[in-house]
Amino acid sequence: MKYFNLVWSALFRHKTRAVFTLISIIAAFLLFGLLNAVRVAFTSGSDSLAGNERLVVASRFSIMTGLPESLKARIAAIPGVQGVGHENWFGGVYQDPKNFVFSFAVDEDYLGTNPDILLTPEQRQAFAQTQDGALIGETLAKRYNWKVGQKIPLQSTIFPRKNGDKTWPFTIVGIYKTSKDAPNGSDQMFFLHWKYFDEANMYSSHEVGWYVVKLNSPEDADKIAQSIDALSANSDHETKTQTANAFNASFAKQIGNIGLIVEAIMAAVFFTLILLTGNTMAQAVRERIPELAVLKTIGFSDRSVLALVLAEAVLLLVIGGVIGMAIASVLAPALAKGSGGMIQLPPIGWVIWAEGAALMVVIGVVVGVLPALRGMRLKIVDALAGR
Amino acid sequence: MNAAVAEMQDGNQTAGDKQPLVEIRGLSKTYSRGKQKLEVLHHIDLDIARGDFFALMGPSGSGKTTLLNLIGGLDSPSDGSLTVDGKRIDKMGENQLARWRAGNVGFVFQFYNLMPALTAQKNVELPLLLTKLSASQRKKNAGIALQLVGLSDRASHKPSELSGGQQQRVAIARAIVSDPTLLVCDEPTGDLDRQSAEEVLTLLQRLNREHGKTIVMVTHDPKAAEYASHTLHLDKGTLVEQQHTA
Repeated sequence: MKYFNLVWSALFRHKTRAVFTLISIIAAFLLFGLLNAVRVAFTSGSDSLAGNERLVVASRFSIMTGLPESLKARIAAIPGVQGVGHENWFGGVYQDPKNFVFSFAVDEDYLGTNPDILLTPEQRQAFAQTQDGALIGETLAKRYNWKVGQKIPLQSTIFPRKNGDKTWPFTIVGIYKTSKDAPNGSDQMFFLHWKYFDEANMYSSHEVGWYVVKLNSPEDADKIAQSIDALSANSDHETKTQTANAFNASFAKQIGNIGLIVEAIMAAVFFTLILLTGNTMAQAVRERIPELAVLKTIGFSDRSVLALVLAEAVLLLVIGGVIGMAIASVLAPALAKGSGGMIQLPPIGWVIWAEGAALMVVIGVVVGVLPALRGMRLKIVDALAGR
Repeated sequence: MNAAVAEMQDGNQTAGDKQPLVEIRGLSKTYSRGKQKLEVLHHIDLDIARGDFFALMGPSGSGKTTLLNLIGGLDSPSDGSLTVDGKRIDKMGENQLARWRAGNVGFVFQFYNLMPALTAQKNVELPLLLTKLSASQRKKNAGIALQLVGLSDRASHKPSELSGGQQQRVAIARAIVSDPTLLVCDEPTGDLDRQSAEEVLTLLQRLNREHGKTIVMVTHDPKAAEYASHTLHLDKGTLVEQQHTA
């Protein structure tokens, strides 16, 4: 710590240059924080314990291709299956297209297959007894200030009603909570009755989007998945069955390999940062060669000079990195709130912070090592003589 | 050739009867520039007694600064021996030399070489960072050194806020703060006006006379050399004359 003053003063010797360099570091780590939050948002739900206890049965060809409702009873009859429910994508918006609502038409058994949705018996009963009833997540209710008993007109972006009207009236019958391990966004769902949806929509087909199968034991997942797929083999509705975790992951991949995209962007950002900061450090040390020579003259060892310059580079990265990550931590929830739930960014957790801290140190060392070696190797007599 | 120079070349010269602090025997320094070898110092023999104030004079390129750098442990000789306070510094490695310099030598340069971003107080504290002194003790010692050079009231000023003379006095405070035996000064008044130069030279003389510091100073200025107790003249890397001036 006794060298801190020396390192700090060297760092801010040229204030303007230091500030501009810091801004570039802040921007890089702000991006790092936000993009990692995006990556986590897309991959969350693909590694939960509950996700291995459930199977998702969808069309082998596309998630947009429906499956016959009659399949439900045949899946339920397979040994090891505890329960079967199904979902359809509804694609609802509220009042304005930008107010997107994650809405699904579900059957009465679906809620039993999803352990992340926490409902009271009264809420279940109210949902079962109300044809146009809707169950909504706590966060969704807060966003639009919706209350139980309220009538909500929701427009479907895909399914008009039989009269051609795209606006569907619903009555909120329950506001559910979610388990603490629930995937990101689980508290933003809007569930409506599949029966109501199927009977009232213009394209009524008695088909379901996909089935959710709850298992007695996750160890049987592979065997049961094969049995389920065997039910539809060589038919016009062949299925692909996978765990809910695998399904979520493959769903995210339909948008793109988010992890790879994030890594590619970050690689470009940090490569540029290394060049920029490395150049700044090299210039800063080049200007201070006589000062480093004086330090060596008064007794600082070669290693001390090396450590001082490296510490300067790492400190620069840590200051900029921490500020950038802190801004990202504040900005991620603000973006989620500002987008009205369209963007679901999880909080920047300790894992991202730890990765960020490691990057700050590594980049600091990378950009500092050449100038530090130059400082370490300088010959006092030559440096003092300006050679 | 006068008697003093003859005495030097016999290798027996000491300034008076005091115990030598610096003993130089057969010291040579050669620089290589490509295939060309340039001998800057030729077989120097010299003793500097503890408590002496030596001025090194001579034309440009005579080897004054090279000799000063060797005495201060900033460079290593090509040949010969260099003993300071009983230690063969010509045998020391880089790290050993660095440690030795920290504890035994104070340096004063022509252009002060202070850290521009640090206050006078922090500049003076620099050598103490290499000691085990506490922060408060470092601060206290730096304060004493600044008081000794008459700059207590400028402790919180940065070098850019000080005159040349004041900066050089801060540099002297930095040189003496760890209480070294030997001060090496490379043209300490070369960048100063006459009045500031006299202040600095008076201060060095006081450090020599009242605090017993052994000083070796390179200068071009005969007036500055008058403040020293002995003057050595170098020419083409050889000691040619020694004058006892005080």
